[in-house]
This record gives sequence, C-alpha cells and structure tokens, in this order.
Amino acid sequence: MSTGALGKVYEDGEILMRQGEAGDGMFVIQEGQVEIVVDAGGHSTRVRVAGEGEIIGEMAVFENVVHSATVRAMGRVRALTVDRRNFLRQINEDPSIAFRLVQTMSRRVRELSEEVVRLKRQS
Amino acid sequence: MLPWLGAPPLESPEDARLVDGCSVAVLGSGPAGSFFAYFLLEMAAHAGLRLQVDLYEPRDFSKAGAQGCNMCGGIISESLVQNLAAEGVNLPPAVVQRGIDSYVLHMDVGSVRIDTPLHEKRIGAIHRGSGPRDLSTARWESFDLHLQRRALARGARLIAGRVDAVDWSERRPWVRVRDGERKQYDLIAVAVGVNSTILPVFEALNLGYRRPKTTKTVIREYFLGEDVIAATLGTSMHVFLLDIPRLEFAAIIPKGDYVTMCLLGEDVDNALIEDFVGRREVVACMPPGWDAQARSCQCLPQMNIRGADMPLADRLVFVGDCGVTRLYKDGIGGAYRTAKAAARTAVFEGVSAAAFRRGYLPACRRIARDNDVGRIAFFLTRLVQRMRLARRAMYRTVVAEQSKAANARRLSGVLWDMFSGSAPYKDIFSRMLHPALMGALARSAAVSAVHSERPVPVEDKKS
Ligand SMILES: Cc1cc2nc3c(=O)[nH]c(=O)nc-3n(C[C@H](O)[C@H](O)[C@H](O)COP(=O)(O)OP(=O)(O)OC[C@H]3O[C@@H](n4cnc5c(N)ncnc54)[C@H](O)[C@@H]3O)c2cc1C
Repeated sequence: MSTGALGKVYEDGEILMRQGEAGDGMFVIQEGQVEIVVDAGGHSTRVRVAGEGEIIGEMAVFENVVHSATVRAMGRVRALTVDRRNFLRQINEDPSIAFRLVQTMSRRVRELSEEVVRLKRQS
Repeated sequence: MLPWLGAPPLESPEDARLVDGCSVAVLGSGPAGSFFAYFLLEMAAHAGLRLQVDLYEPRDFSKAGAQGCNMCGGIISESLVQNLAAEGVNLPPAVVQRGIDSYVLHMDVGSVRIDTPLHEKRIGAIHRGSGPRDLSTARWESFDLHLQRRALARGARLIAGRVDAVDWSERRPWVRVRDGERKQYDLIAVAVGVNSTILPVFEALNLGYRRPKTTKTVIREYFLGEDVIAATLGTSMHVFLLDIPRLEFAAIIPKGDYVTMCLLGEDVDNALIEDFVGRREVVACMPPGWDAQARSCQCLPQMNIRGADMPLADRLVFVGDCGVTRLYKDGIGGAYRTAKAAARTAVFEGVSAAAFRRGYLPACRRIARDNDVGRIAFFLTRLVQRMRLARRAMYRTVVAEQSKAANARRLSGVLWDMFSGSAPYKDIFSRMLHPALMGALARSAAVSAVHSERPVPVEDKKS
C-alpha cells in the first residue's frame, strides 16, 4: 500500500462491520470490494457487493440501532470511517453534505423495489 | 468580536439571482476558489441551472517551487477528509503523500505519542504545489492542482492570469487581468487568500470590506527521502510545545520524500527559527547527522488570525482566507466550509448582499465565534508552554492515559483535536474543562511537584 493511502486496510475475508453489533459511523470504500451479507434463519445471504467510492453502513448514522448486515472484504480492501458525530455535526451546519447519501439511499430503495417485484413474480 | 457579527440583515435594492446563462468569476484557484467553483457547478446542475464559471489563477501548480505553491503546512484535517469522502471527493494516494495516524507531542519534559482513536489514517499530508524548489521528479500530484482539475472537470474554465482591477458598471461587477480587457460578471467570488496584493483594491471600493488581520509564519522543507522518513518521523505529525519566547506553535510534518517544518508565533524571524532548529527535542526527532541549514526551501507566508470585515456585497463574496477561516488549524477545512456556504447561497438564495447576509454570514459567524473560544484554548496552551510544572503534569497525564480505553483518554483526545483541527474549539474547550480531566491534571501536578523527572524520549517513532 502506498504511503499516502488514507483509511484502514482490511485483508480478504476480514470483517468491517458485523451484523448485530453497535455502529458508530459509516464507511466509504476507497479501494477494492466488499460483500454485504445478512444472516437470518440460519442462512447467510449475500445481499450485494459494494465497490470503490460507495458508502456503506449509513443506517447506523441515522438510526441508533445495531448493524443490520455484516460487511466483509473481498480481497484486499481500503476503507475510510466517517464518524457519526462528525457527520451529524456537519449535516447540522450544511445539510447539503447529506445529498450524496440521500442519492445512495434512494438508489437502494429503487433496487430493492425491483427485487421485490422480481421475487413476487417468481413466487 | 468582528463588527458585523451582530449586524441585522439589510434589504438589498434588487433581489439578484443566478439564472440560466449567468456568468461567475472566481478569483484564485487555491482550495477556497476551486471548492467554490466545484460546489457551485455541482449544486447548479442539481438545480437544473446552466452557469459559466471562470476560474482566474496566475500560478501553475504543476511547477515546483514558489511558482506553483500556496505555502502551507499541508495537513488535511481528519474532519475534512471525512466530509470530502461523504461528498464523493476521495483523496487518492497519488495526491496524499503520507497518511497520518498519530501525533507525537514533544516537550522538554518528554515526548509522548498519541494515536488516533480508531488506529486509522484519516489525516492527509500533502504538498500544495508540486513540491519544493529542488524537486527533480514529481512523485505526487499537487493538492491545489487536484482540486482545480476537479473544478475544471465540472465545467469551470481556467483563465491563467492575475486579476489586477475590479469595479462595477451598470450594477454588475467586472474584472480585468493585467493587460487584458474588462469582463463583466453576475457574481464574483474572491478567493485570493491573504498573501495577495489585490486586497487593497477591494478595500478601496468602499463596500465595508477590510482585509483580515494576519501574522507572519515560517515554513521550511527538508529532503530526507521516503525510507529515512519511515524510519524516523514515521506516520506521525510531530508537535512541539517548547518554551521559546514568541513561538506559539511548531510542527514537523512528514510528506513523501520531504518533511515540512511550520512555525507560528509573533514576529517570527531568523533568530527564532535558529533557536528552534537547534533544540534537543527537534534534533532528536530528525535523522542522525541532520543539517538544519540544508533546507530545500523556505517561505514566510502570512496567516489569517482574525477574519475580514464585511466579506460580502451585492454580487460579491469573499471565501476562504481572504474572508473568514479557522484560527491556526484546518484553514483548508475553513476554505471548504465557507466556499460551500457561499456556493449554496448563490444557487439557492441569490447573489444580493441581503441573500449573502441570510445564507452566507451565519457560516462565517459560526467560524468566527468558534475562533473566539479557540483563542482562549490557545491561551491555556501557551500557559502550559511557559510553566514547567504544567508541562510535567500534562506529560504525566497523557502517558498514563495511553494504557486506558479510548474513551477514557480525555487529555489525549483534547490534544488530538487541538493539534489536528478535527473538532470545533467550543467542543474541545468544554472537554478541556471536564472535572475528571481537571482532577487528573491536578493529581499529576501534585505528583510532578514532588518527584523530579528526567526527559523521556518517545519509544516508538516508526510504526
Ligand atoms: C504556515 C502555515 C501553515 C498552514 N498549515 C495548514 C495546514 O497544515 N492545514 C490547513 O488546513 N491549513 C493550513 N494553513 C492555512 C491554509 O494555508 C489556508 O487556510 C488556505 O490556503 C486558504 O485557502 P485559500 O484558497 O483561501 O487561499 P490560498 O491558498 O492563499 O489561495 C489563494 C489563491 O489565489 C490566487 N491569487 C492571489 N491573488 C490573485 C489575483 N489577483 N488574481 C487571481 N488569483 C489570485 C493565488 O495564486 C492562490 O492560488 C496554513 C497556513 C500557514 C500560513
């Protein structure tokens, strides 16, 4: 890794955040890919894969709840943590900083709706 | 307090707004100018507004030495790194020369390392230009060039030139570069910093603008080479609290192949610099045989220590250092905050003085008020710097804290935020006065008064 790589490096398979644990911030992927996995009813389901520039774990910033999924490095990953406290302080001063996050969330809602439709058609 | 802080909003004679096809001049493409152009164009695109943005800049940031450099310590604060990442502006390793994950605080009573609570590199060390005068091949990209390219990629147009005249005709401002034609705009954003000769031109317009109060500082660059830096200064910023008259703050920041030395104080001059570079604590953190005279370059830039009066008028707004910025730390973060607030106002509220008073002034006020608290916090730091017993108490407390859980390291957290500029001074100050911290410091002071101590060098400089 070069001297100027910001954030923290996670090796293949390493966990960035674990389902059920309390979260204090979100991650922005700087390099590599992670998989988002949900454990339910004794099964592990990969929900999606996220790559460079993507924000993950944003729900922990707005809802004071535990992580709803596990995020695991697929290969070597570099990610930067954005603290909840820092981010909320900045939103208070400049709400437009949340614009990209809202865009990300709205894209995810759209993807989920499409997935629901697909599943309903299948069943 | 600045005179405009309590001023009531004035009604502007016209409700000037940016509409499709309007043109905007941005004077200066340092961080404030490039952030302003970038966010203005981004927000305009969201609002479905087509603007023409001209970015005036005489420097060529791809050049080494003074021609391409905006003289600065080059620390991108933890809060700015995070805010930019959340905005989708991730700083790549091609620009960031070293990720910083810790501070080493050097005092005559000992040195102690303070790690970031998450053990993560969230502070970036960069060069504003391509590098010092003696640079042979640039291995990293200039930070200012990187931001400028982002603004140009959003659609801004670069005009390579120094603006030397600004005035109004038919209620629209115009600018002129040396030997050039006048060009009229719907809005001018001034982002020329405090080291520019054009500031008196704005004062002469009689709009109430008065340039910021500044102080002289010193920056030196030394070539050490990447491996030597890794083995000595490592990934830590080195901060010095030494009892040297007129010295407010000093730091040595490791970059890629160079290290940057920054001194802030009152009337910083050669005698003060020589006193500093000869100190045992400074020599000890540099490689063996280091020659303090063998510097790659040196400059004496001005630093904004009190914001400008009236950083706005109809169709005119001052962002970054030539307006209001954070005291001593995180000036680039201040440039980001003011540039964004001004851009937001221009797109969504208008460009009249009244609109800027409503939308922009509150952001300046927040920073200026926080700086007032910062002045008290720095006054306390100065006291510690002058009193050996206080330095010993502080040293003892920080050393003891390093074995505790992250949330119990109160003084380390305060010092981290104070030196890294990562939190508002108000927040730092209230944590400084926490009874548990006061108690710990009083106990350490009592122990220090009884036991004499020998200076302790920091153990692990590498990691
Ligand atoms: C010793 C020292 C150390 C510092 N260390 C740090 C640090 O580590 N981290 C940090 O965040 N901040 C630091 N700062 C503060 C930081 O440098 C400033 O806050 C920051 O540069 C402000 O950005 P700006 O864009 O407002 O101004 P500037 O960076 O000064 O940029 C102004 C730009 O305007 C251009 N310009 C000037 N006149 C004209 C004209 N007439 N026409 C067109 N263009 C013009 C200039 O060429 C320049 O590119 C430090 C400051 C000093 C003095």
